[in-house]
Amino acid sequence: MKYQQELKDSIRKALPGLDVVIAWSAGYDPLHATPHFIRREEDIDRLEIGPFSVHNLATYLPGLRGKKVGIVVKGCDSRSVIELLQENLINREDVTIFGFPCTGVVDQTKIRKALGHTGKVDFCQIASQTVVIGAGGEEHKLRLSKVLADKCFSCQYPNALISDHFVGEKISPSAQTEGGDDLEAFENMPLPERFAFWQKEMDRCIRCYACRNACPMCVCRDHCLAESRDPHWLSQEDSVRDKWMFQLIHAYHLAGRCTECGECQRACPMDIPLLLLKKKMNKEIKELFQYEAGVDPEATPPLLSFKMEEENIKEREW
Amino acid sequence: MPVLKGKELRIVGFLCNWCSYGGADTAGVGRFNQPTDLRIIRVPCSGRIDPLFIMKTLMNGADGVLVSGCHPRDCHYAEGNFYARRRLEVLHRFLPILGFEPGRFEYTWVSASEGQRWQQVVTRFTEQIHKLGPAPKIAGPEASATLRQMEAVL
Repeated sequence: MKYQQELKDSIRKALPGLDVVIAWSAGYDPLHATPHFIRREEDIDRLEIGPFSVHNLATYLPGLRGKKVGIVVKGCDSRSVIELLQENLINREDVTIFGFPCTGVVDQTKIRKALGHTGKVDFCQIASQTVVIGAGGEEHKLRLSKVLADKCFSCQYPNALISDHFVGEKISPSAQTEGGDDLEAFENMPLPERFAFWQKEMDRCIRCYACRNACPMCVCRDHCLAESRDPHWLSQEDSVRDKWMFQLIHAYHLAGRCTECGECQRACPMDIPLLLLKKKMNKEIKELFQYEAGVDPEATPPLLSFKMEEENIKEREW
Repeated sequence: MPVLKGKELRIVGFLCNWCSYGGADTAGVGRFNQPTDLRIIRVPCSGRIDPLFIMKTLMNGADGVLVSGCHPRDCHYAEGNFYARRRLEVLHRFLPILGFEPGRFEYTWVSASEGQRWQQVVTRFTEQIHKLGPAPKIAGPEASATLRQMEAVL
């Protein structure tokens, strides 16, 4: 990533005034990055940004409230930061935001599907449009567009929407709309098919709650409805009804708040298309309230406010 | 459902204490004929209704859910139903995403004096649900089986 050095310099300058800066560094193999907590000067050198910087680091912010925190954000992550600010879950003066122009991140599921089970990965090189992955003594060549996350194709905000330090030059949103396919296909599905579709998908859920833990907007943590005994919203049965209900709790608690960072789907070990559900939900919210979450730090989320006369809610005749 | 066994569907109504519950009471006192499929749950305000109540009700096998509160601007707590209106409208759009027929859930406003109107609302909603028929079941533990288990423990 060409702005990496610039970013490191910028963090180096700001670090003395901060408790920690959250970024990414190389993970356990060349295909993975991992969240990186920079506390000392020497930690900065290990910072790496690029197509493997998949994690939305904003997830850590509410837990670090009260500390002076620096955070490196992609465009989508910055929306989560804004949403947290909108809801007063973090203080603006405690957070220092480092932005950079993001050109897209990979989807590990797509890589896994393309390569099959590779075992140990020896190297990974990314040239402009191709990815070369070396694993098990073999070289695999993949087109970058085949392994980029779906959300990146329809990305409207590649640059951080809010930042104190922005490195590099802002880029314009990608014109590709390939990623919109799944939503369109879903919308053409008749109701009974949707009903069957979600039951089939949700049946795979193992209720590991990874989607919830990765979600930057799931801030209830130890008070999550899914684990509450009183009221007892969900039983411990492994039926699709409870699994589906859990996902609905998640989706509904994100109504008008979800910033479509896709962490739920990325974290899901069963590859359930959770982002599809959130995207469709957000589309409805946008139609109803002309509102998009995590864009304007001053805006009030739609379900926390009302108008005496709603423009788009028609009273039903009975 | 002893009287009309097999003919009734399970419809759950969430009614606000101050207007719609009173309206239903007025309808009863006025002896207006109503279908008997509706089971009423009284809540303090339509703003008290978590949309997940309705989700849970539908997931657990109800054939329809009706929500009724005070008319907008008439809320006992001044603005509870304004919040409710937004939440319920979002839910109304959310259900078809999941594949539930949108007609299985409706929300409306009935004041305490509108016994006649309550009769109309219940009749029309019940007709609507009967037209849709019983809701498709979602696999999960049966309430009766759970109850038996709990009794066994006691």
